[in-house]
Amino acid sequence: MKLITAVVKPHRLDEIKEALQAFGVHGLTVTEASGYGRQRGHTEVYRGAEYTIDLVPKVRIEVLVEDDDADDLIEVVVKSARTGKIGDGKVWSVPVDTAVRVRTGERGPDAL
Amino acid sequence: MNGANTAFVLISAALVMLMTPGLAFFYGGMVRVKSALNMLMMSFIALGVVSLLWVLFGYSLTFGDDIGGGLLGNLDHIGFKGINPESLWGTKPDAIPVLAFAFFQLMFAVITPALISGAVADRVKFGAWTLFITLWVTVVYFPVAHWVWQADGWLFKKEVIDFAGGTAVHINAGAAGLAVALVLGKRIGFKKDPMRPHNLPLVMLGSGLLWFGWFGFNAGSALAANGTAANMAFNTQLATGVAMLGWLAYERIRHGAFTTLGAASGAVAGLVAITPSGAAVNAWGAIIIGLVAGVVCSWAVSLKYKLGYDDSLDVVGVHLVGGILGTLLVGLLATDGVGGLDQLGKQALGAFTVLIYSFVVSWILAKAIDVTIGLRATEDEEVGGLDQAYHAETAYDFSAVGGAHVGRSTVASIQDETGAGAPQNKKVDA
Repeated sequence: MKLITAVVKPHRLDEIKEALQAFGVHGLTVTEASGYGRQRGHTEVYRGAEYTIDLVPKVRIEVLVEDDDADDLIEVVVKSARTGKIGDGKVWSVPVDTAVRVRTGERGPDAL
Repeated sequence: MNGANTAFVLISAALVMLMTPGLAFFYGGMVRVKSALNMLMMSFIALGVVSLLWVLFGYSLTFGDDIGGGLLGNLDHIGFKGINPESLWGTKPDAIPVLAFAFFQLMFAVITPALISGAVADRVKFGAWTLFITLWVTVVYFPVAHWVWQADGWLFKKEVIDFAGGTAVHINAGAAGLAVALVLGKRIGFKKDPMRPHNLPLVMLGSGLLWFGWFGFNAGSALAANGTAANMAFNTQLATGVAMLGWLAYERIRHGAFTTLGAASGAVAGLVAITPSGAAVNAWGAIIIGLVAGVVCSWAVSLKYKLGYDDSLDVVGVHLVGGILGTLLVGLLATDGVGGLDQLGKQALGAFTVLIYSFVVSWILAKAIDVTIGLRATEDEEVGGLDQAYHAETAYDFSAVGGAHVGRSTVASIQDETGAGAPQNKKVDA
């Protein structure tokens, strides 16, 4: 199994969810995150005081998949997340030893 | 008793009351989320404390007969002694019940200490703050309001024009804010951390409530439903609108954007500046006062970074500077042949004596509290947020994922799973 993690622009979340659904993904986890990449942050002005806001809002999407599906799924996420502008985010995968469905105790791919 | 005047003053008093919660929102939105409730409470508590003090001795010290020299009222009306629904304030055809007048003036005594709280955001012990405003209204606000508004008050006799509170309210609160901010010191991370306003819509709501309530504050100060009140109401609207434009124009040129916070702040600066002056000028005077206040105050809020004092929400830049501007400009712009250098001199006397008296006494009060029970929150409390430390609450529940929907289909798939497992669950339950 693989854990696919995507840190992307928040407004792409709905698109990505739909694309994953169409691909056949049954569940995912979304967290609000903040960070920066090459685009760095932006500047905000409050009563003349300029603040450099380094960390910009992102969402972090996590999906568990079987090994064979990993590359296709990454492709689906990347396609649906892309706006072509700087700050689109990153997607990566890591191997996962095991997964358990809490309700039934099923293990491995059966738990997905 | 004049029924129309009485009705007008009672309604105006209710409008002024709304300014204190309005101010609480205006300030509350500007602080970081961890001390938002504390900021609201620092204003709101004044509604309780000052209402009580007003009846006990505040009204008597402010509007009781002068004890001599125009410095303070006597104690004849302590505990509202001798005041009943038949007692009248003012001369016969225009007179209103003393209770209506006292109700109206109470609201001024409530909002003035609340204004100070903006200078000391995020770092004052709540109990110490409550003690501070108790002492402050007693030895600063009540005397100063007596000087300016009681017919025997020494500044009133010097013919200082302060229609609705440029000196007694705004210069007074602004100077006190500076003094307490200096005693307290800077917030941890001042000039280093981005201390962004956590909720600008709340700031806008607050400035809207202030603007609305201010018609009671300014026009109501005529204490009569007449042309003076109408002129004041109209000039309040005009100067406030123009001040907002002035602040936004300065900001756009200097910093490149029309900010929401700038619009809200500009409006408040205009309201402050027109307060002492609005009844004595015409529309052109109001436009000049509004424009000058908007531009100068938007510049003045940057002084704290240059001079290094942490007037957190710009009580000095908006209320002290705006109050001085309005108080001085009316000296020049007053109509009916009053305006001129002679009147400007009187206005300067009023502005600067109130400034110095308030600054010195406020500094002593704050220092006295600091060395006895302690004024400043501990470092842990300040860093963790005063909401948790003093109020055992949090302003917002952040537990839900904000910004994105949990899609219908995601929910549906969860339901499918629980649907499959449901019979088993029932067995377990049975």
